[in-house]
Amino acid sequence: MSDRELRVSKIRNGTVIDHVSGGQALNVLSILGIDGSAGLGVSVVMNVPSDRLGLKDVVKVEDRELSQSEVDVISLIAPEATINIIREFDVVEKNRVDRPETVIGLLSCPNRNCITNANEPVETKFDVVDEGVRCAYCGTIIREELATHIDPE
Amino acid sequence: MRQDHLITATQLSRADIEAVLDRAAEIDADPGAVADRYREAVLALCFFEPSTRTKMSFETAIKRLGGATTDMGTVESSSVKKGESLADTVRVVEGYADALVLRHPSEGAAKMAAEFVDVPVINAGDGAGQHPSQTLLDLYTIRENVGLDDLSIGIMGDLKYGRTVHSLAEALTNFDVRQHFISPESLKLPRGVRFDLHNSGAQLREHTALEEVLPELDVLYVTRIQRERFPDETEYEQIAGEYQIDADTLELADDDLAVMHPLPRVDEIDPAVDSLSQATYFEQAHNGVPVRMALLDALLSEEEL
Repeated sequence: MSDRELRVSKIRNGTVIDHVSGGQALNVLSILGIDGSAGLGVSVVMNVPSDRLGLKDVVKVEDRELSQSEVDVISLIAPEATINIIREFDVVEKNRVDRPETVIGLLSCPNRNCITNANEPVETKFDVVDEGVRCAYCGTIIREELATHIDPE
Repeated sequence: MRQDHLITATQLSRADIEAVLDRAAEIDADPGAVADRYREAVLALCFFEPSTRTKMSFETAIKRLGGATTDMGTVESSSVKKGESLADTVRVVEGYADALVLRHPSEGAAKMAAEFVDVPVINAGDGAGQHPSQTLLDLYTIRENVGLDDLSIGIMGDLKYGRTVHSLAEALTNFDVRQHFISPESLKLPRGVRFDLHNSGAQLREHTALEEVLPELDVLYVTRIQRERFPDETEYEQIAGEYQIDADTLELADDDLAVMHPLPRVDEIDPAVDSLSQATYFEQAHNGVPVRMALLDALLSEEEL
Protein backbone atom coordinates (compact mmCIF):
# COMPACT_ATOMS: atom_id res chain seq x y z
CA MET A 1 0.00 0.00 0.00
CA SER A 2 1.64 3.28 -1.04
CA ASP A 3 1.68 6.35 1.18
CA ARG A 4 -0.95 7.93 -1.04
CA GLU A 5 -3.29 5.07 -0.22
CA LEU A 6 -2.57 4.96 3.49
CA ARG A 7 -5.77 5.28 5.46
CA VAL A 8 -3.95 5.72 8.74
CA SER A 9 -0.41 6.96 9.12
CA LYS A 10 2.43 4.99 10.63
CA ILE A 11 2.89 5.23 14.36
CA ARG A 12 6.17 6.11 16.02
CA ASN A 13 5.93 3.91 19.13
CA GLY A 14 3.34 1.40 20.21
CA THR A 15 1.56 -1.72 19.00
CA VAL A 16 -0.06 -2.56 15.68
CA ILE A 17 -2.52 -5.44 15.73
CA ASP A 18 -2.88 -6.61 12.16
CA HIS A 19 -4.90 -9.36 10.47
CA VAL A 20 -7.83 -9.02 12.83
CA SER A 21 -10.89 -10.78 11.39
CA GLY A 22 -13.00 -8.20 9.56
CA GLY A 23 -15.44 -6.41 11.84
CA GLN A 24 -13.79 -7.47 15.13
CA ALA A 25 -11.59 -4.41 15.78
CA LEU A 26 -13.92 -2.83 18.31
CA ASN A 27 -14.19 -6.12 20.17
CA VAL A 28 -10.41 -6.32 20.20
CA LEU A 29 -10.26 -2.89 21.83
CA SER A 30 -12.92 -3.96 24.27
CA ILE A 31 -10.93 -7.08 25.22
CA LEU A 32 -7.84 -4.96 25.75
CA GLY A 33 -9.84 -2.55 27.88
CA ILE A 34 -8.94 0.34 25.59
CA ASP A 35 -11.79 2.82 25.35
CA GLY A 36 -9.87 6.03 24.68
CA SER A 37 -10.23 7.34 28.21
CA ALA A 38 -6.54 6.78 29.03
CA GLY A 39 -5.52 9.31 26.41
CA LEU A 40 -3.65 6.85 24.17
CA GLY A 41 -3.69 7.50 20.43
CA VAL A 42 -5.79 4.75 18.88
CA SER A 43 -6.45 4.18 15.16
CA VAL A 44 -8.85 1.66 13.82
CA VAL A 45 -9.19 0.50 10.23
CA MET A 46 -12.05 -1.83 9.48
CA ASN A 47 -12.94 -4.12 6.61
CA VAL A 48 -10.01 -3.46 4.29
CA PRO A 49 -9.13 -6.09 1.68
CA SER A 50 -6.73 -8.82 2.80
CA ASP A 51 -5.26 -11.66 0.73
CA ARG A 52 -5.39 -13.99 3.69
CA LEU A 53 -8.65 -13.03 5.39
CA GLY A 54 -10.80 -11.50 2.65
CA LEU A 55 -11.52 -8.52 4.85
CA LYS A 56 -9.41 -7.54 7.81
CA ASP A 57 -9.24 -4.92 10.53
CA VAL A 58 -6.14 -3.20 11.86
CA VAL A 59 -5.77 -1.58 15.28
CA LYS A 60 -2.93 0.77 16.16
CA VAL A 61 -2.29 1.76 19.75
CA GLU A 62 0.28 4.49 20.27
CA ASP A 63 2.76 4.61 23.14
CA ARG A 64 1.77 1.30 24.60
CA GLU A 65 3.51 -2.03 24.03
CA LEU A 66 1.07 -4.83 24.66
CA SER A 67 2.41 -7.95 26.33
CA GLN A 68 1.91 -11.42 24.92
CA SER A 69 -0.44 -12.41 27.75
CA GLU A 70 -2.55 -9.31 27.09
CA VAL A 71 -2.90 -10.07 23.42
CA ASP A 72 -3.31 -13.83 23.54
CA VAL A 73 -6.90 -13.45 24.59
CA ILE A 74 -7.54 -11.71 21.26
CA SER A 75 -6.95 -15.08 19.61
CA LEU A 76 -10.37 -16.15 20.79
CA ILE A 77 -12.05 -13.75 18.35
CA ALA A 78 -9.19 -13.07 15.91
CA PRO A 79 -7.07 -16.23 15.65
CA GLU A 80 -5.02 -14.93 12.71
CA ALA A 81 -4.04 -11.65 14.36
CA THR A 82 -0.41 -10.55 14.31
CA ILE A 83 1.12 -8.25 16.89
CA ASN A 84 3.78 -5.76 15.81
CA ILE A 85 5.70 -3.81 18.40
CA ILE A 86 6.87 -0.50 16.94
CA ARG A 87 9.78 1.63 18.14
CA GLU A 88 10.84 4.74 16.23
CA PHE A 89 8.67 3.71 13.27
CA ASP A 90 10.35 0.30 12.98
CA VAL A 91 8.83 -3.09 13.69
CA VAL A 92 11.06 -4.48 16.43
CA GLU A 93 8.98 -7.52 17.25
CA LYS A 94 6.34 -9.44 15.32
CA ASN A 95 4.32 -12.20 16.94
CA ARG A 96 1.26 -14.32 16.30
CA VAL A 97 -1.34 -14.69 19.00
CA ASP A 98 -1.55 -18.02 20.84
CA ARG A 99 -4.67 -19.46 22.40
CA PRO A 100 -4.40 -18.90 26.16
CA GLU A 101 -5.20 -21.70 28.62
CA THR A 102 -7.52 -19.55 30.69
CA VAL A 103 -9.28 -16.22 30.43
CA ILE A 104 -9.68 -14.44 33.76
CA GLY A 105 -11.94 -11.51 34.53
CA LEU A 106 -12.83 -10.74 30.93
CA LEU A 107 -16.00 -12.61 30.09
CA SER A 108 -19.20 -12.86 32.07
CA CYS A 109 -20.81 -16.26 32.43
CA PRO A 110 -24.07 -16.58 30.48
CA ASN A 111 -25.45 -18.91 33.16
CA ARG A 112 -27.35 -16.49 35.40
CA ASN A 113 -27.30 -19.07 38.16
CA CYS A 114 -23.50 -19.26 38.18
CA ILE A 115 -21.82 -18.15 41.42
CA THR A 116 -19.78 -15.60 39.43
CA ASN A 117 -23.05 -13.73 38.77
CA ALA A 118 -24.02 -13.66 42.45
CA ASN A 119 -22.23 -10.55 43.74
CA GLU A 120 -19.44 -12.60 45.27
CA PRO A 121 -15.86 -11.27 45.41
CA VAL A 122 -14.66 -13.58 42.64
CA GLU A 123 -13.44 -12.96 39.10
CA THR A 124 -14.83 -14.98 36.24
CA LYS A 125 -12.51 -17.67 34.94
CA PHE A 126 -12.90 -19.58 31.69
CA ASP A 127 -10.80 -22.50 30.52
CA VAL A 128 -10.11 -22.49 26.79
CA VAL A 129 -11.29 -25.80 25.31
CA ASP A 130 -11.60 -27.14 21.77
CA GLU A 131 -15.23 -26.10 21.51
CA GLY A 132 -14.74 -22.56 22.84
CA VAL A 133 -14.40 -21.49 26.46
CA ARG A 134 -15.80 -23.12 29.57
CA CYS A 135 -16.67 -21.50 32.91
CA ALA A 136 -14.32 -22.94 35.54
CA TYR A 137 -17.04 -22.54 38.17
CA CYS A 138 -20.28 -23.84 36.65
CA GLY A 139 -19.03 -25.65 33.54
CA THR A 140 -21.11 -23.65 31.05
CA ILE A 141 -19.54 -23.70 27.58
CA ILE A 142 -19.59 -20.65 25.30
CA ARG A 143 -19.08 -21.74 21.72
CA GLU A 144 -20.13 -18.79 19.61
CA GLU A 145 -20.17 -15.01 19.69
CA LEU A 146 -17.67 -14.78 22.47
CA ALA A 147 -17.46 -11.02 22.12
CA THR A 148 -21.06 -10.63 23.30
CA HIS A 149 -19.98 -12.05 26.66
CA ILE A 150 -17.23 -9.52 27.28
CA ASP A 151 -17.85 -7.97 30.67
CA PRO A 152 -18.19 -4.20 30.19
CA GLU A 153 -16.81 -3.52 33.69
CA MET B 1 -7.98 -40.06 48.74
CA ARG B 2 -5.39 -37.33 48.25
CA GLN B 3 -7.87 -34.50 47.84
CA ASP B 4 -8.34 -31.36 49.88
CA HIS B 5 -11.99 -30.89 48.96
CA LEU B 6 -14.79 -32.78 47.27
CA ILE B 7 -16.28 -30.41 44.70
CA THR B 8 -17.12 -32.41 41.56
CA ALA B 9 -17.22 -36.05 40.55
CA THR B 10 -14.77 -35.39 37.72
CA GLN B 11 -11.98 -34.90 40.26
CA LEU B 12 -12.38 -38.51 41.46
CA SER B 13 -10.27 -41.27 39.96
CA ARG B 14 -11.26 -44.90 40.07
CA ALA B 15 -8.71 -45.41 42.84
CA ASP B 16 -10.18 -42.53 44.88
CA ILE B 17 -13.67 -43.96 44.52
CA GLU B 18 -12.66 -47.50 45.37
CA ALA B 19 -10.72 -46.35 48.42
CA VAL B 20 -13.81 -44.59 49.82
CA LEU B 21 -16.13 -47.49 48.98
CA ASP B 22 -13.76 -50.05 50.54
CA ARG B 23 -13.48 -47.94 53.66
CA ALA B 24 -17.28 -47.57 53.78
CA ALA B 25 -17.64 -51.35 53.62
CA GLU B 26 -15.19 -51.75 56.53
CA ILE B 27 -17.04 -49.16 58.57
CA ASP B 28 -20.40 -50.73 57.69
CA ALA B 29 -19.13 -54.10 58.93
CA ASP B 30 -17.74 -52.73 62.20
CA PRO B 31 -18.93 -49.19 62.99
CA GLY B 32 -17.69 -49.46 66.59
CA ALA B 33 -14.07 -49.51 65.42
CA VAL B 34 -14.19 -45.84 64.43
CA ALA B 35 -16.53 -44.57 67.13
CA ASP B 36 -13.88 -42.38 68.79
CA ARG B 37 -11.70 -41.64 65.80
CA TYR B 38 -12.64 -37.96 65.47
CA ARG B 39 -13.62 -37.08 69.02
CA GLU B 40 -12.48 -33.47 68.71
CA ALA B 41 -13.81 -32.90 65.20
CA VAL B 42 -16.55 -30.42 64.35
CA LEU B 43 -18.32 -30.52 61.00
CA ALA B 44 -20.00 -27.31 59.82
CA LEU B 45 -23.30 -27.71 58.01
CA CYS B 46 -24.02 -24.77 55.71
CA PHE B 47 -27.25 -25.52 53.90
CA PHE B 48 -28.59 -22.61 51.89
CA GLU B 49 -31.30 -24.90 50.50
CA PRO B 50 -33.52 -27.43 52.27
CA SER B 51 -32.18 -30.93 52.82
CA THR B 52 -33.23 -33.99 54.80
CA ARG B 53 -31.13 -36.96 53.74
CA THR B 54 -27.85 -35.25 52.94
CA LYS B 55 -27.80 -33.06 56.02
CA MET B 56 -28.97 -35.73 58.46
CA SER B 57 -26.66 -38.40 57.10
CA PHE B 58 -23.63 -36.09 57.35
CA GLU B 59 -24.70 -35.26 60.89
CA THR B 60 -25.07 -38.92 61.79
CA ALA B 61 -21.78 -39.74 60.07
CA ILE B 62 -19.67 -37.27 62.06
CA LYS B 63 -21.42 -38.25 65.30
CA ARG B 64 -20.68 -41.92 64.68
CA LEU B 65 -17.04 -40.95 64.21
CA GLY B 66 -17.13 -39.33 67.64
CA GLY B 67 -17.41 -35.73 66.39
CA ALA B 68 -20.03 -33.01 66.49
CA THR B 69 -21.72 -30.55 64.15
CA THR B 70 -22.22 -26.83 64.05
CA ASP B 71 -25.17 -25.82 61.93
CA MET B 72 -25.74 -22.52 60.15
CA GLY B 73 -29.48 -23.16 60.33
CA THR B 74 -31.80 -21.88 57.65
CA VAL B 75 -30.98 -18.93 55.41
CA GLU B 76 -33.84 -17.01 57.04
CA SER B 77 -32.25 -17.31 60.48
CA SER B 78 -28.66 -16.54 59.40
CA SER B 79 -26.57 -13.54 58.38
CA VAL B 80 -27.20 -14.42 54.75
CA LYS B 81 -30.55 -12.77 55.29
CA LYS B 82 -28.64 -9.56 56.08
CA GLY B 83 -26.87 -9.75 52.73
CA GLU B 84 -23.63 -11.48 53.73
CA SER B 85 -21.72 -12.98 50.81
CA LEU B 86 -21.01 -16.70 50.64
CA ALA B 87 -17.27 -15.90 50.61
CA ASP B 88 -17.62 -14.13 53.97
CA THR B 89 -19.88 -16.77 55.48
CA VAL B 90 -17.49 -19.63 54.75
CA ARG B 91 -14.47 -17.67 55.98
CA VAL B 92 -16.23 -17.09 59.28
CA VAL B 93 -17.46 -20.68 59.59
CA GLU B 94 -14.05 -22.22 58.90
CA GLY B 95 -12.95 -20.81 62.23
CA TYR B 96 -15.57 -22.95 63.97
CA ALA B 97 -15.04 -26.28 62.24
CA ASP B 98 -12.61 -28.83 60.81
CA ALA B 99 -14.58 -29.34 57.61
CA LEU B 100 -17.50 -27.69 55.89
CA VAL B 101 -20.47 -29.23 54.10
CA LEU B 102 -22.07 -26.75 51.71
CA ARG B 103 -25.32 -26.79 49.79
CA HIS B 104 -26.08 -23.68 47.77
CA PRO B 105 -28.49 -22.72 44.98
CA SER B 106 -25.76 -21.34 42.65
CA GLU B 107 -23.67 -23.52 40.36
CA GLY B 108 -19.98 -23.26 41.23
CA ALA B 109 -20.66 -22.18 44.83
CA ALA B 110 -18.63 -24.99 46.40
CA LYS B 111 -15.70 -24.41 44.08
CA MET B 112 -15.64 -20.76 44.99
CA ALA B 113 -16.02 -21.49 48.71
CA ALA B 114 -13.05 -23.86 48.56
CA GLU B 115 -10.91 -21.00 47.22
CA PHE B 116 -11.62 -18.94 50.33
CA VAL B 117 -11.02 -21.48 53.10
CA ASP B 118 -8.33 -23.93 54.20
CA VAL B 119 -10.57 -26.59 55.76
CA PRO B 120 -11.99 -29.29 53.47
CA VAL B 121 -15.18 -28.28 51.65
CA ILE B 122 -17.67 -30.94 50.61
CA ASN B 123 -20.09 -29.95 47.88
CA ALA B 124 -23.49 -31.18 49.04
CA GLY B 125 -25.21 -29.78 45.95
CA ASP B 126 -24.58 -26.57 43.98
CA GLY B 127 -27.68 -25.57 42.05
CA ALA B 128 -28.03 -27.72 38.96
CA GLY B 129 -24.31 -28.53 39.14
CA GLN B 130 -22.92 -31.45 41.12
CA HIS B 131 -23.60 -33.59 44.18
CA PRO B 132 -20.53 -35.82 44.46
CA SER B 133 -21.08 -37.26 47.95
CA GLN B 134 -24.45 -38.58 46.75
CA THR B 135 -22.55 -40.19 43.89
CA LEU B 136 -20.27 -42.05 46.27
CA LEU B 137 -23.24 -43.57 48.06
CA ASP B 138 -24.90 -44.33 44.72
CA LEU B 139 -21.76 -46.14 43.57
CA TYR B 140 -21.54 -48.01 46.86
CA THR B 141 -25.15 -49.17 46.44
CA ILE B 142 -24.53 -50.24 42.84
CA ARG B 143 -21.39 -52.11 43.81
CA GLU B 144 -23.14 -53.92 46.68
CA ASN B 145 -26.03 -54.96 44.44
CA VAL B 146 -24.70 -55.67 40.97
CA GLY B 147 -21.00 -54.77 40.90
CA LEU B 148 -19.43 -51.84 39.12
CA ASP B 149 -18.07 -53.34 35.90
CA ASP B 150 -19.72 -54.75 32.78
CA LEU B 151 -22.84 -52.91 33.73
CA SER B 152 -25.79 -51.32 31.92
CA ILE B 153 -27.36 -48.42 33.75
CA GLY B 154 -30.40 -46.38 32.76
CA ILE B 155 -30.52 -42.85 34.18
CA MET B 156 -33.98 -41.39 33.79
CA GLY B 157 -35.85 -38.15 34.45
CA ASP B 158 -34.49 -34.63 34.72
CA LEU B 159 -31.02 -35.00 33.26
CA LYS B 160 -30.64 -31.30 32.56
CA TYR B 161 -30.98 -29.90 36.06
CA GLY B 162 -30.39 -33.08 38.08
CA ARG B 163 -27.12 -32.60 39.95
CA THR B 164 -27.07 -36.20 41.21
CA VAL B 165 -27.26 -37.30 37.57
CA HIS B 166 -24.36 -35.08 36.48
CA SER B 167 -22.05 -36.36 39.20
CA LEU B 168 -23.05 -40.00 38.82
CA ALA B 169 -22.64 -40.01 35.03
CA GLU B 170 -19.18 -38.46 35.28
CA ALA B 171 -18.03 -40.86 38.03
CA LEU B 172 -19.29 -43.88 36.10
CA THR B 173 -16.85 -43.13 33.28
CA ASN B 174 -14.16 -44.63 35.55
CA PHE B 175 -15.81 -48.04 35.18
CA ASP B 176 -16.85 -50.36 32.38
CA VAL B 177 -20.41 -49.08 32.23
CA ARG B 178 -22.86 -48.55 29.36
CA GLN B 179 -24.88 -45.46 30.23
CA HIS B 180 -28.40 -44.99 28.84
CA PHE B 181 -29.96 -41.58 29.38
CA ILE B 182 -33.74 -41.52 29.26
CA SER B 183 -35.53 -38.18 29.32
CA PRO B 184 -37.88 -35.85 27.48
CA GLU B 185 -36.16 -33.78 24.75
CA SER B 186 -36.29 -30.63 26.87
CA LEU B 187 -34.48 -32.22 29.83
CA LYS B 188 -31.54 -33.91 28.12
CA LEU B 189 -28.02 -33.70 29.54
CA PRO B 190 -26.52 -30.18 29.44
CA ARG B 191 -23.64 -29.40 27.10
CA GLY B 192 -21.03 -29.11 29.87
CA VAL B 193 -21.75 -32.59 31.23
CA ARG B 194 -21.85 -34.05 27.74
CA PHE B 195 -18.44 -32.47 27.11
CA ASP B 196 -16.95 -34.18 30.18
CA LEU B 197 -18.52 -37.52 29.29
CA HIS B 198 -17.16 -37.42 25.74
CA ASN B 199 -13.73 -36.41 27.02
CA SER B 200 -13.74 -39.41 29.34
CA GLY B 201 -14.66 -41.73 26.49
CA ALA B 202 -18.02 -42.64 28.03
CA GLN B 203 -20.25 -45.19 26.36
CA LEU B 204 -23.54 -43.34 26.29
CA ARG B 205 -26.84 -43.55 24.45
CA GLU B 206 -29.85 -41.31 24.71
CA HIS B 207 -33.49 -42.37 24.62
CA THR B 208 -36.88 -40.77 25.06
CA ALA B 209 -38.67 -43.97 26.15
CA LEU B 210 -37.69 -46.37 28.94
CA GLU B 211 -39.15 -49.39 27.14
CA GLU B 212 -36.39 -49.13 24.52
CA VAL B 213 -33.74 -50.20 27.02
CA LEU B 214 -35.38 -51.49 30.19
CA PRO B 215 -34.89 -55.24 29.50
CA GLU B 216 -31.10 -54.88 29.23
CA LEU B 217 -30.57 -52.76 32.33
CA ASP B 218 -28.83 -53.86 35.54
CA VAL B 219 -29.61 -50.54 37.27
CA LEU B 220 -32.40 -48.02 36.72
CA TYR B 221 -31.67 -44.68 38.38
CA VAL B 222 -34.85 -42.62 38.52
CA THR B 223 -34.93 -38.87 39.25
CA ARG B 224 -37.74 -36.45 39.80
CA ILE B 225 -39.04 -34.21 37.04
CA GLN B 226 -39.95 -30.96 38.71
CA ARG B 227 -43.08 -29.01 37.97
CA GLU B 228 -41.25 -25.69 37.79
CA ARG B 229 -39.23 -26.84 34.77
CA PHE B 230 -42.31 -26.60 32.57
CA PRO B 231 -44.18 -23.54 31.41
CA ASP B 232 -47.60 -25.04 31.98
CA GLU B 233 -49.25 -27.65 34.15
CA THR B 234 -50.73 -29.73 31.34
CA GLU B 235 -47.38 -30.15 29.62
CA TYR B 236 -45.76 -31.10 32.91
CA GLU B 237 -48.36 -33.73 33.76
CA GLN B 238 -48.22 -35.25 30.32
CA ILE B 239 -44.44 -35.45 30.16
CA ALA B 240 -43.80 -36.41 33.78
CA GLY B 241 -46.36 -39.20 33.43
CA GLU B 242 -44.24 -40.86 30.74
CA TYR B 243 -41.31 -41.19 33.13
CA GLN B 244 -43.07 -42.76 36.09
CA ILE B 245 -42.66 -46.40 36.92
CA ASP B 246 -44.95 -48.90 38.60
CA ALA B 247 -45.07 -52.66 39.06
CA ASP B 248 -46.40 -53.12 35.51
CA THR B 249 -43.49 -51.18 34.00
CA LEU B 250 -41.05 -53.48 35.77
CA GLU B 251 -42.51 -56.63 34.22
CA LEU B 252 -40.26 -55.92 31.26
CA ALA B 253 -37.21 -55.70 33.52
CA ASP B 254 -34.70 -58.24 34.75
CA ASP B 255 -35.52 -59.68 38.19
CA ASP B 256 -32.09 -58.57 39.41
CA LEU B 257 -32.57 -54.97 38.29
CA ALA B 258 -31.73 -52.45 41.03
CA VAL B 259 -34.18 -49.53 40.99
CA MET B 260 -32.51 -46.52 42.58
CA HIS B 261 -33.60 -42.95 43.34
CA PRO B 262 -31.74 -40.20 45.22
CA LEU B 263 -35.07 -39.30 46.93
CA PRO B 264 -37.26 -37.48 47.71
CA ARG B 265 -39.68 -39.04 45.25
CA VAL B 266 -43.05 -37.56 44.56
CA ASP B 267 -44.91 -39.80 42.15
CA GLU B 268 -42.20 -41.05 39.79
CA ILE B 269 -42.02 -44.44 41.56
CA ASP B 270 -45.34 -45.95 42.57
CA PRO B 271 -45.34 -47.07 46.25
CA ALA B 272 -46.36 -50.55 45.04
CA VAL B 273 -42.78 -50.93 43.75
CA ASP B 274 -41.43 -50.60 47.32
CA SER B 275 -42.23 -54.22 48.16
CA LEU B 276 -40.58 -55.63 45.02
CA SER B 277 -37.11 -57.15 45.20
CA GLN B 278 -35.88 -54.56 42.70
CA ALA B 279 -36.55 -51.59 44.99
CA THR B 280 -33.15 -50.41 46.23
CA TYR B 281 -33.76 -46.74 47.05
CA PHE B 282 -34.20 -46.99 50.83
CA GLU B 283 -31.07 -49.14 51.11
CA GLN B 284 -29.39 -46.48 48.97
CA ALA B 285 -30.45 -43.72 51.39
CA HIS B 286 -29.20 -45.74 54.39
CA ASN B 287 -25.82 -46.17 52.73
CA GLY B 288 -25.39 -42.41 53.05
CA VAL B 289 -24.08 -42.83 56.59
CA PRO B 290 -21.22 -45.35 56.16
CA VAL B 291 -20.18 -43.74 52.86
CA ARG B 292 -20.11 -40.25 54.35
CA MET B 293 -18.22 -41.61 57.37
CA ALA B 294 -15.63 -42.99 54.95
CA LEU B 295 -15.53 -39.70 53.04
CA LEU B 296 -15.07 -37.65 56.22
CA ASP B 297 -12.39 -40.08 57.34
CA ALA B 298 -10.55 -39.58 54.05
CA LEU B 299 -10.73 -35.78 54.21
CA LEU B 300 -10.16 -35.34 57.95
CA SER B 301 -7.29 -37.79 58.23
CA GLU B 302 -5.24 -35.34 56.15
CA GLU B 303 -5.92 -32.62 58.72
CA GLU B 304 -4.33 -32.11 62.08
CA LEU B 305 -7.13 -32.18 64.58
